[in-house]
Amino acid sequence: MPAKPLFSIRDLDVEYHTRGGDVRAVESVSFDIRRGEILGLVGESACGKSTMGKALMRLHRKPARITNGQLLFDGRDLMTLTEDEMRFVRGGEIGMVFQDPMTSLNPVQKIIEHLTETIHAHEPNTTNEEAHRRAGELAEKLGIRSERLNEYPHQMSGGMRQRVMISLALALRAKLVIADEPTTSLDVIVEANFLDLLRELRHEFDLTILLITHNIGVVAEICDRVAVMYAAHLVEIGDVRKIFTNPKHPYTRGLLRSVPNIDLDDKDLYKMEGAPPSLLDPPSGCRFHPRCPDRMKICSRKNPVLQKVGSDSQVACWLYSKEGKA
Amino acid sequence: MTPSKTAQATLPENLVRMENVTKHFPVQSGFLAMLLNRGHIPAVHAADEISFNIRRGEVFGLAGESGSGKSTVGRLVLRLHNPTSGHVIFDGIDLNLLDDEEMRRMRSRMQLVFQDPLASLNPRMTIGQAILHPVTIHMGELSKVEQQQRVLNILSAVGMNPPESFFNLFPHQISGGQRQRIVLARALVTNPELIVADEPIAMADVSVRSLLLELMMNLKKEFDLTYLFITHDLATAKYICNRIGIMYLGKLMEMGDLREVYSRPLHPYTQALLAAVPVPDPEKRRTQELPKGEIPNPIDPPSGCRFHPRCTIARKICAREEPVMRELLPHHTVACHFADQFK
Repeated sequence: MPAKPLFSIRDLDVEYHTRGGDVRAVESVSFDIRRGEILGLVGESACGKSTMGKALMRLHRKPARITNGQLLFDGRDLMTLTEDEMRFVRGGEIGMVFQDPMTSLNPVQKIIEHLTETIHAHEPNTTNEEAHRRAGELAEKLGIRSERLNEYPHQMSGGMRQRVMISLALALRAKLVIADEPTTSLDVIVEANFLDLLRELRHEFDLTILLITHNIGVVAEICDRVAVMYAAHLVEIGDVRKIFTNPKHPYTRGLLRSVPNIDLDDKDLYKMEGAPPSLLDPPSGCRFHPRCPDRMKICSRKNPVLQKVGSDSQVACWLYSKEGKA
Repeated sequence: MTPSKTAQATLPENLVRMENVTKHFPVQSGFLAMLLNRGHIPAVHAADEISFNIRRGEVFGLAGESGSGKSTVGRLVLRLHNPTSGHVIFDGIDLNLLDDEEMRRMRSRMQLVFQDPLASLNPRMTIGQAILHPVTIHMGELSKVEQQQRVLNILSAVGMNPPESFFNLFPHQISGGQRQRIVLARALVTNPELIVADEPIAMADVSVRSLLLELMMNLKKEFDLTYLFITHDLATAKYICNRIGIMYLGKLMEMGDLREVYSRPLHPYTQALLAAVPVPDPEKRRTQELPKGEIPNPIDPPSGCRFHPRCTIARKICAREEPVMRELLPHHTVACHFADQFK
């Protein structure tokens, strides 16, 4: 039996109130984030992956709300905490890195002030010297030269700003970092360097990372496990190598085949039929069935739940259940 | 256009010829700035002495990181920017020599497609109106009914069927992939020869992307198009481009047949760029170290070879002397002093 997971998400529902009706952006999602792993959460736009990322820290804002579920983080259900208690979890135990660091950093504050302020906010007894010393050490580990700590966010490049974001998460020794599209605004060479940095940091700081991304290449490059979302549902989760060599869910299969691969000598890309559905009016049964090449009668009637296949993977698809084959 | 401006009687092989095209954007203007800088006005070197040809019927890719100047070059091709120096020759005609009215007529032969279809479409115009608009400007000789029919035909050509059902919809009522089809339809409706596509599919999801690429290739065949495909995504470029040019900080670093450039990159920058592209295969994780740092400020580009501060094989000469583009392999040119070792 593996060690207890760092974060267990159980039956999570997140809804948006809209004029067009209630939209469930995350529906009955359950999964674990294991200690020390990099878990990739992939899916296309509007599949609910970012909504979920925010909901895990209860950072979602109106009109979104969590209507059901447990967020068992390191032995506590975050759903039962007060907003004040949550504030110490955010940043202190769970760090965040978003796609656009410019909107997360204060434009009139120097980088060093971001770091020391964060340390003081969570550890009010820390002396100024101590906070500065820690900020300096951290910056060095992240490849931010000490003189750059006196710069403002706009003076830094996108890659450097993303390093600052990570350093803020690490300043308080967060156990988990939730990174939502952290490399999407970066150029490829900078992205590759940033991924190398993440790899080094996870060992040095004993980090667990949830990496939310649409970039399948990034998942292959750095993740240990991967979770695939489609139209608010989690459809497959498991070991990266296993899923990439033998994807079980027809959506995962199609998604992986549609990704351009610079290493292959192929001339055409696989074409998946159709487009992701609107969550205002999702298809009945399995949400992927209208686009699925393997659909059966049951698929439009009943939604398959996530179930174990093989030693360490789970998939939500009728192809792999007795009921579906009957 | 007047015959004197048409260089050749026969159809030139190259639809576009870029001859030493340079574009600098001054960062400060006005008299005071001029005085303060003693007559020297700092400028962003967006494109410096760019030369390449786009052959009729091919897809020419232009790739590079943000700030490399690739979009500026796209606009220079359409003369949406006037070059600081150099010549853009379209179908044998030097665009510099055209007056505004002649240029306006020329524009119907060349169209631009952007990355963000929502930003390119007027939210208050229906899809039908948006596509009809260029027809009324460039094809005034057609009757109202003929114009309308043209719009419906093109909607159907981009896969929006039945076309009548989309005519009165607004951009927000259709999906992102469909919007990009509308933008393509609007570009094609005046029967252009050249499409400059600036990151046309970068915003689309993976599962929609391959369909858009296929559509672009089908339209190319059907309408006899030539594409300038501007992208930061080298993996996608592989599926559509015949030839490719790699840009860095306003300079063309390498150019050639795509498969040749990808299998035998001669410039250290191209090599780094190709190695950095994440491969969707966890068994093939990158082990190679990549250049550190980021693209420098284009207002004050490095001396000599612009890549030298990040280059792993740079030597003294690289900071001193700017390498010129040379044909190191057949139809494969590179601007690097030390590229011979990679032949």
